[in-house]
Amino acid sequence: MSRIAEHHVAGGGNGPRTSRLSALLWHVSMLVLAIAMIYPLVWMLVSSLRENSEIFTSGPFDVSGLTLDNYVRGWNAQQNTFATYFRNSLVITTAVIVGNVLACSFTAFAFARMSFRLKPVLMAVMLMTIMLPEHVTIVPQYILFSELGWLNTMLPLTVPKFFATEAFFIFLIVQFMRGIPADIDEAAALDGCGPFRTYTRIMLPLITPALATTAIFSFIWTWNDFFRPLVFLTDNKLFTVPLAVRLFADLGGTDWGALFAMSVLSLVPIFLFFLFGQRYLIRGIATTGLK
Amino acid sequence: MATSNAPPVDVPRRGSAAPRHRAGARLAPYIFLSPWLAGLLIFVLGPMAASLYLSMTDYNFLQPPQWVGLENYVRMFTSDPRYLKAVGVTAFYVAVSVPLQLGFALALALLLDRAIVGVSLYRAVFYLPSLIGGSVAVAVLWRTVFGADGIVNAVLGLVGIDVGRSWVGSPDTALLTLVALNVWTFGSPMIIFLAGLRQIPRSYYEAAEVDGAGPVRRFVSITVPLLTPIVFFNLILQTIFAFQSFTQAYIISGGRGGPADSTLFYTLYLYQQGFGNFEMGYASAMAWTLLVAIAVVTGLNFLLSRYWVFYSDGRS
Repeated sequence: MSRIAEHHVAGGGNGPRTSRLSALLWHVSMLVLAIAMIYPLVWMLVSSLRENSEIFTSGPFDVSGLTLDNYVRGWNAQQNTFATYFRNSLVITTAVIVGNVLACSFTAFAFARMSFRLKPVLMAVMLMTIMLPEHVTIVPQYILFSELGWLNTMLPLTVPKFFATEAFFIFLIVQFMRGIPADIDEAAALDGCGPFRTYTRIMLPLITPALATTAIFSFIWTWNDFFRPLVFLTDNKLFTVPLAVRLFADLGGTDWGALFAMSVLSLVPIFLFFLFGQRYLIRGIATTGLK
Repeated sequence: MATSNAPPVDVPRRGSAAPRHRAGARLAPYIFLSPWLAGLLIFVLGPMAASLYLSMTDYNFLQPPQWVGLENYVRMFTSDPRYLKAVGVTAFYVAVSVPLQLGFALALALLLDRAIVGVSLYRAVFYLPSLIGGSVAVAVLWRTVFGADGIVNAVLGLVGIDVGRSWVGSPDTALLTLVALNVWTFGSPMIIFLAGLRQIPRSYYEAAEVDGAGPVRRFVSITVPLLTPIVFFNLILQTIFAFQSFTQAYIISGGRGGPADSTLFYTLYLYQQGFGNFEMGYASAMAWTLLVAIAVVTGLNFLLSRYWVFYSDGRS
């Protein structure tokens, strides 16, 4: 009896049925779009496991005869092995992460938690440098680094970050710090904490989510960066992974398998950061996007 | 009363510490700012000034710069067809790819703004391309996807359209593949739109519903106006980014900007002049012109925003 009544309710109302239909439609269209967007990446992954002769002839679902040969060949195809290029990229990105996290949070502390006379002016200057195209400074920087003997070293790519030149992250951390109640600093000051100790002992632990976002974005942007390494590094043994991948493309691109294999490898660290840091990435975009 | 009476013991102690503390407090912000200020001078403002000076010289990196006044700027606009071509290519790229990208971002954000199983998964999948869209690996992939034997032609072949030629190899379509690449990276503005949608108070919709507004009316009268500041923000940001695109065009065209200069992005031509031909004075003039162009477009956007951006707190 009650089961019949339930059945009647479920089948009778138009509401539930149409909403289930629209939910289905929604899922189908999202799924189709998601597949369309991701398909090129999957194709590259599968192609990296195929013989060169089969990349453009095999059907998309033909997974027979997959091999890791391309990876072995690609790894050793350039002047140095990809171990060198990965190590270079890793050293540079690590230094950039440390530099950005330290210098940008240090600077942000002044902008977010202290008052000083030039604050509005300096804040405006800081925000404007976010929008500044790097091309405006690249030529004089090239001259400067050449005078310092830094061309073909990792220094031009890392040292500036220790001077908070990535203003975007200052902005991100300032936004985050503004959400932390001012009472905390005041309480710390009453307890005899100077600004430096307030920064290290109280602020830094509270802003770890913003620092995580800074670290992850620093990693992804630096890992992908192509323009600055292209300008400052010409010695093959200092090449970053993107510069090395480009070498395949420059050769006229006949060894597609090796090219795809190394391209896939170059994206792996980004995927890992994406998987484990998604929460911070999305929150980071949302906070800076909204001010 | 009682509380204000409580800490008289404290007053002298605080008073004695005050002078030292106050001087320290006045200096402290600048101590915190000093690394940034030094970096600003050495790596940003100094180079900007130097670049402005170099833009009025003939400088090839080996010999000292020769003052030529505004000659570089005159040359760009009167006797360098490749420069004008680069301007055209970049203007087309910005004007077409940014609205398309933001349109996708907004549409998908609206579709994803609901409580349904799977939302976070789709959000992640749509967001991923914007993390890797600027990489060499994806540009390399794009070159093959739109190549003669690429996925795009294969899919078109399935529905009976036989293109048979490379999209990146033809001057008519090469730039469109770069537009497509930029549209593909709609994920990061989409996340910003989603965050904006979630900031709109539920109560607005409930009140409108009580007043008899249907879903369309609610969308037009609540969602659209309250989202315009976010549209504006994304427009400013993505426009500035698009002006500076480099890697994609460099990789797709093998650094040349071809075929027939059809993918010669502004920054790519700047790189060719500055670091290929070592015409560093000319490259500096190009860089400053780019800066002015971006500033003008951004300024125009701000001016125009008065007519369409709605701020709920009444500022304009």
